[in-house]
Amino acid sequence: MRKNKRNTLIGFEKIKKTYVTGPVKYQALRGIDFKIKEGEFVAIIGHSGSGKSTIMNIMGALDSPTSGKYFLKGKNISHYNQDELAEIRNKEIGFVFQSFNLLPRTTVLKNVERPLLYAGYTKEKREKRAMKMLKTVGLADKATNLSNHISVGQIQRVAIARALVMNPSILLADEPTGNLDTKTAHEVMKFLVDLNKKGSTIILITHEDDIAAFAKRVIKITDGLIESSNYKLKTARFIKE
Amino acid sequence: MIDIEELIILALEQLRSNVARTVLTMLGIIIGIGSVITIMSLGDGSTQSIIDQISKFGTNVLTVSPGKAGRGPGSSGGIFGTLVEKDAQAVSELANIEAVSSVVSGQATLVNDDQSVSSSVAGVEYAYAQIQSLEFSEGSFLTESNINSMTRNVVLGDNLIEDLFGEEALVVGKKLRIDGKTFKIVGVIKDSGSVVVPLPTAQKLLFGQDHLSSISIRVIDIEVMDNTLAQVENLLLERHGISNPDDADFYLTSPQQMIETVGNMTGTLTAALSGIAAISLLVGGIGIMNIMLVTVTERTKDIGLLKAIGAKRKDILAQFLIESLVLTLAGGIIGVIIGGALTYFASSALGIPFIVGLKSILLAVGVSVGIGILFGYYPAKKAAELNPIDALRYE
Ligand SMILES: Nc1ncnc2c1ncn2[C@@H]1O[C@H](COP(=O)(O)OP(=O)(O)OP(=O)(O)O)[C@@H](O)[C@H]1O
Ligand SMILES: [Mg+2]
Repeated sequence: MRKNKRNTLIGFEKIKKTYVTGPVKYQALRGIDFKIKEGEFVAIIGHSGSGKSTIMNIMGALDSPTSGKYFLKGKNISHYNQDELAEIRNKEIGFVFQSFNLLPRTTVLKNVERPLLYAGYTKEKREKRAMKMLKTVGLADKATNLSNHISVGQIQRVAIARALVMNPSILLADEPTGNLDTKTAHEVMKFLVDLNKKGSTIILITHEDDIAAFAKRVIKITDGLIESSNYKLKTARFIKE
Repeated sequence: MIDIEELIILALEQLRSNVARTVLTMLGIIIGIGSVITIMSLGDGSTQSIIDQISKFGTNVLTVSPGKAGRGPGSSGGIFGTLVEKDAQAVSELANIEAVSSVVSGQATLVNDDQSVSSSVAGVEYAYAQIQSLEFSEGSFLTESNINSMTRNVVLGDNLIEDLFGEEALVVGKKLRIDGKTFKIVGVIKDSGSVVVPLPTAQKLLFGQDHLSSISIRVIDIEVMDNTLAQVENLLLERHGISNPDDADFYLTSPQQMIETVGNMTGTLTAALSGIAAISLLVGGIGIMNIMLVTVTERTKDIGLLKAIGAKRKDILAQFLIESLVLTLAGGIIGVIIGGALTYFASSALGIPFIVGLKSILLAVGVSVGIGILFGYYPAKKAAELNPIDALRYE
C-alpha cells in the first residue's frame, strides 16, 4: 500500500491543546493529525503563535495534550504521568533548544553525561559514552571547558551531542539556529543533515524557510491546524549536497 | 539507582560557584553548632573539674550536718543546735567506720600585722587530719594533747599564706590573730585554704557554741557506703528520738551525692544554654531554607532543562536535598571545629579540663543533618514539582 516500509515513529491523532490561564482559555492546537516515520527529517514551520512549540512540547513528552492521542513507537502516551514522561524523554527523545541548552558552571562533558546519569549508568560508562559523542560532534578537546566558555555554535553542537547520547528515537530541535549567525546556522544544519543520513530521525521547528529547506519534508501549521503536511517551500533548496 | 556520589560532587560544584553566599548561608549553622559544642564541652569540663575537687577530699568521707537536707552543699548548719559530740562518739562505734571527728566552724578574721583575711575556721578533733588526708608542706598537725588542752595552736592552708605573710615565707612558729585572739601556727596544709584549730578552742574561745557544725566521718570500705550511710542515719534518728526520717534534724552528704548534685546542676544549666543555642540553629535552618528557595527560583531554567533530558522528580528532589545537606553538614563540621577551639581556649583560661565528648560531636553532626533534611525538604520538593514547560519558559 505504502511505498515507504519504514516504521511509524510518531502519530498525532486529533491532538488538541487548550491553555488555561486563570479565566482565559486559549486553544493553541485545534486538532492535529500527522505521522512521522523512522529516519525522516521533518521541519515544522508556521508563523509565530501558530502552535509549533506546543506541538513540540507534546511530541517531546514535556506536556500532555488536552485531548487526542499521541502514539510514540505505537504506544499511546497521552495520559502518562510526569515521571513516566520523564522516562520517555530520557530514553526516546533528544532535545536541542534555541537557547539555554547547557547547564552553566558545569563542564561540557558533565553536560553531555547528564542524561546517562538519570538513566542510571555508572561513572565510567557515562564518561566513555559522553566522550564518544563529543568526538562525533568534533568537540572532544572542549570536554573539560565550562559550558559558558565555548562559542554559541559549539554550544549547539554540545547540545546535539547531549541529545544523542542516550541513542534516542527522535532528535527534537526547537529553533536550534535562532541564536546563530547564518554561517554558523548552516554549519549546524549540515551537521543535522549528516546525522539524518546516518539514520537519526530529526524533527526541526523553525520559522525560517531557508532553515526548513534542509529538511526532507515540511509540515506547515497555521493557527493551530495543519495547513499542509508536505508543504513545498517557495525558496529553492540551495544546499543539497 | 541514584548516584549519590555524583550528586555530592554536583552539589559541591554548585556551592563552590558562589563561595560568599555558601559561607553566609552556613554561618547560622556554624554559630549554632559552635555554641552547642562549646556549651556542652565547657559543661562537661566544669563538672569534671568539680568532681575532681570533690574526689580530692576522698571518696570515702561523709559528712553529717545539722538541719534539713536539700539546703545544698555549702550551707552552714551552725544555726541548728541538733548535733552534739556524743552523736559523733556514737557514730564512731558503728561498723565500717575508720575515724570520726566533730567539727565546729564559723567565719573569722585572720590578721597578721596589717594583712587581714576573712575565712572559715574549723575546730576539729585529732582524727580530722586522717579523715581528710591532710598533707603538710611545713610543720605538722595539731597533736592530740594540743587539742584536748584547748591550746591556741592553728594549722593553715597554704593558699592563705601568701595573702597573710607574703611570698615564700616560712610561717611555722609565727603568730596569727584570729578574731583578735593570738594563735601560734604549727603547720601548713598543702593545696588547701582551710584554717584548723582545736575543737575546744573553737567551741569556747572563738564561737562560744558547744553544738557541732558537722561530723566528719571516714569509712573503711567504700563498697558498703550505702549501708553505712543508712546505719549512721538510723543511729542518729534513734538518738534524736525521731521516728519519721522525713523529720530528721540532720542530713548526710557523701561525695557521691555531691557529685550527683553537681552533675544535675551543670546538666540543667547546660540544657538551658543548649536550648538557647538551639534557637540559633533554628534561625540557621530557616536561613538555609530561604537560600535554597532562592536557589530553586534562580535555577528554574536549569531544572526545566534537567527535566527535559529525563530527570524524574526524585532526581531533582535528591539533588537539592543533597545540596542543603552538604551545606548544613559542612556548617556543622566547621562549627564543631570552631566550638572545639573555643572550648580549648576557654577551658585553659578557666583552668578546667578540656573535654570535647564524642557524644556532643555526634549530636552536633546529627543535628546538622537533621536541619539539612528538615529545612531543605520544602525547597527541594518545590523544585521537584516544577512543571518542565513552565520551568523552560521561565524568564
Ligand atoms: N503556557 C501557555 N499558557 C497560555 N498560552 C500559551 C502558553 N504557551 C503558548 N501559549 C499560546 O499558544 C499559542 C501557540 O504558542 P506556541 O508557543 O506553540 O507558538 P509558536 O508557534 O512556537 O510561536 P513562536 O514562533 O513565537 O515560538 C500562542 O498564542 C501562545 O501565546
Ligand atoms: Mg516557539
